[in-house]
Amino acid sequence: MIREDVVIVGGGLAGLAAALSSDPKLSVGVISKVHPLRSHSVGAQGGINAALGNNPDGRDDTWERHAYDTIKGSDFLADQDAVEMMCRLAPPTIFELEHLGVPFSRFPEGVIAQRPFGGAGFPRACYAADRTGLVLLHTLYENCLRRGVKFHEEWLVVRLVVKDSCAVGLVVLDVASGRLFPVGARAIIFATGGYGRVYKRTTNCFINHGSGIGLAYRASVPLKDMEFVQFHPTSLYPRNILISEAARGEGGFLVNRKGERFMADYAPSAMELAPRDVVARAIQTEIDKGNGFEGQYVHLDLRHLGSAKITKRLPGIREICVQFAHLDPVEDLLPIQPAQHYSMGGIDVDASCATRVQGFYAAGECACVSVHGANRLGGNSLLDTVVFGKIAGQEASRHARESGDPGDTELPLRDAESQCRDQIARWRERPSGERVHRLLDRLKVIMSDGVGIFREEAELAKALQAIRGLRGAYEEAWLGSSNPRYCQELVNLIEFAAMLDLAEVIALGALHRKETRGSHCRRDHRERDDREGCRHTLVALVDGEPQLSYRDATVTRYPPEARKY
Amino acid sequence: MEYVFKILRFDPEEDDEPRFQSYPYETTQPRTLLEALMEIRNEQDPSLSFRYSCREAVCGSCGMVIDGQIGLACKTQLADLRGPAILIEPLPNLEIEKDLIVDLGPFWEALEKVRPYLIAGERPEGGYRIQDSEAEELFQYAGCILCGCCYSACPVTALRKEYLGPAALAKLHRFRLDSRDTRTAEDVRVAASEGGLWACRSILRCNSVCPKQVSPAQGISGLRRRWFLDRIRRLFRFKVR
Repeated sequence: MIREDVVIVGGGLAGLAAALSSDPKLSVGVISKVHPLRSHSVGAQGGINAALGNNPDGRDDTWERHAYDTIKGSDFLADQDAVEMMCRLAPPTIFELEHLGVPFSRFPEGVIAQRPFGGAGFPRACYAADRTGLVLLHTLYENCLRRGVKFHEEWLVVRLVVKDSCAVGLVVLDVASGRLFPVGARAIIFATGGYGRVYKRTTNCFINHGSGIGLAYRASVPLKDMEFVQFHPTSLYPRNILISEAARGEGGFLVNRKGERFMADYAPSAMELAPRDVVARAIQTEIDKGNGFEGQYVHLDLRHLGSAKITKRLPGIREICVQFAHLDPVEDLLPIQPAQHYSMGGIDVDASCATRVQGFYAAGECACVSVHGANRLGGNSLLDTVVFGKIAGQEASRHARESGDPGDTELPLRDAESQCRDQIARWRERPSGERVHRLLDRLKVIMSDGVGIFREEAELAKALQAIRGLRGAYEEAWLGSSNPRYCQELVNLIEFAAMLDLAEVIALGALHRKETRGSHCRRDHRERDDREGCRHTLVALVDGEPQLSYRDATVTRYPPEARKY
Repeated sequence: MEYVFKILRFDPEEDDEPRFQSYPYETTQPRTLLEALMEIRNEQDPSLSFRYSCREAVCGSCGMVIDGQIGLACKTQLADLRGPAILIEPLPNLEIEKDLIVDLGPFWEALEKVRPYLIAGERPEGGYRIQDSEAEELFQYAGCILCGCCYSACPVTALRKEYLGPAALAKLHRFRLDSRDTRTAEDVRVAASEGGLWACRSILRCNSVCPKQVSPAQGISGLRRRWFLDRIRRLFRFKVR
């Protein structure tokens, strides 16, 4: 049986940051269902926040201002101690990344360039043109090669195995061969990313099924604040490819069908650079009022930025628009609409990335510390991945070194393996049945219609019922392919179980949060409720049923205030 | 619009040799090749294997041969293909793992040989000072998504096992351009000459298939230019970086 001291699941930014900070004396393996460079982090465009004060308009920036903006952006749900830690660590983190080789864009005096981003009091997003995620991911990967980090590519984790509240290993599907086997570990880090593909419209990769979060949930780890789903204001119609906030940070306008810069009605002072929840709601409201275009979009206007600026600062955006919409932002208006983008919620972890299960850690989008609360600011997710990925690597290493003998772990691992094997056999042996892509299409419609940008009780209850109804159909699922090698259908079928769980937890949390906070906007509860709402939603699986509980958010020095932009 | 996809199918563990399988495909909407392949897999043949992830030409998963041209499936619009017959094959000069999935092992090994990471020296407090023009020059090469299209297309990599190929050499040039990097000219000379810096025949297929306009051949000629400069400097006993 394969055994490692530390196993990291996920080869995106959080996973690679964890690999680089792991104790080199330990055996460390990174498991990823795709080659690490194919991870969703590669698609991040606009920037990574740190109060460096390099921008002439941002000389007075401090990490405290960054923390305040993040907390206000979170609609006062983030844990303020964790936010303060992340923001304090941001500048040294940027210098560390620079030292590892990240080629950031520069200001004339040679320092790292910084641009304005939504909800930020100062321009503090460091960037590499509009390919920030690409250069970060490639740089961390290159450093992993240098360190000799062991990668297990195209392995899908199908089970997290916990014995007596201790993580003891994983069951893994080798996608290439279709074989299942157990992997033992003294410490496990999940850095498995988000679940965007449970929605019809999402900026996420095709592979973002969120199964890591679902595996943790099935292993009795609570999920936190899952009802907070970020919809990015500007995704390119009709494929919902991300058009970075940098487009507005560099000066882009949003205009409706009447040619009005409608943000004046919603965020008169921040305008297009209000936080994402505010801008996404504004766009959706315009569309719902009939001020959008057929196809449900409004326009992003970059033409006044000019060819030189667009080519230099937004070359990737231009490429995407030309390739995928046959439009050139230098000359054309861009059709954009909100699309699911990010999960503020995730596996319940503390600021050391630890969960309730001994030896099990999580970092990045799949985790919820919480530093993003009810709404994440642009430029904070890359920071989150690198800061908390590093912490997770250190903490998991410490656990692997210090934890005692876990006893016999082979038995529970083999048990779990054979359960997974039986499940796959049942799918395969059925003569016919439900096909997973159809189930997924149905789930996407339910989530988009019932648990979208605007929510209300009746719709949420209906969605919840429909999600539970899909469970029956999933029981009847059928694996059409008889060849187990590189079988994406099998991968999707396995991951769909998690998608159902996540959908249920999102809808349940949303149904029970009777207020409007950040990205969670209830039409039937328009106001924020600071007496009841300043607490995290926790959903844990107890006897096969989701059980809700709540935990107060940590407040240090920023009491809730009205959120005006 | 109606199409017939002819897709190369091969499972080395099952089949003696590759074959082409035809799939009819009809769509009224504008579709990318990747979207069409996914629909074909979902609706007609779940055993059809191909890699994908981002669907926006930034992750580098879905390189393949499309009507004889190497490219990414996700950024290829069906409307831009001649049709109605569309021929789909895996990347050439690499072992087929299954159907359109190839073993990129040799590509990654070549990359590792150039030591594709920043070998930094002193760490200035408050960060480095780098000219934006340098950063901009780097971006051309740092924008490489390591999809392997150039490696697969290069006639020299097909013939010479030791040749590192365009992407790896362009990556080496990317670090050569980086003022933070401390590798010496000698380091580069060893890596590049053993790896066949001079093997490139300037056929430039790498440039033409690159989906991200990296122009790896420019990187190779950049490395060669630096090599000459280093030689000249050494002749005149100038200090070499």
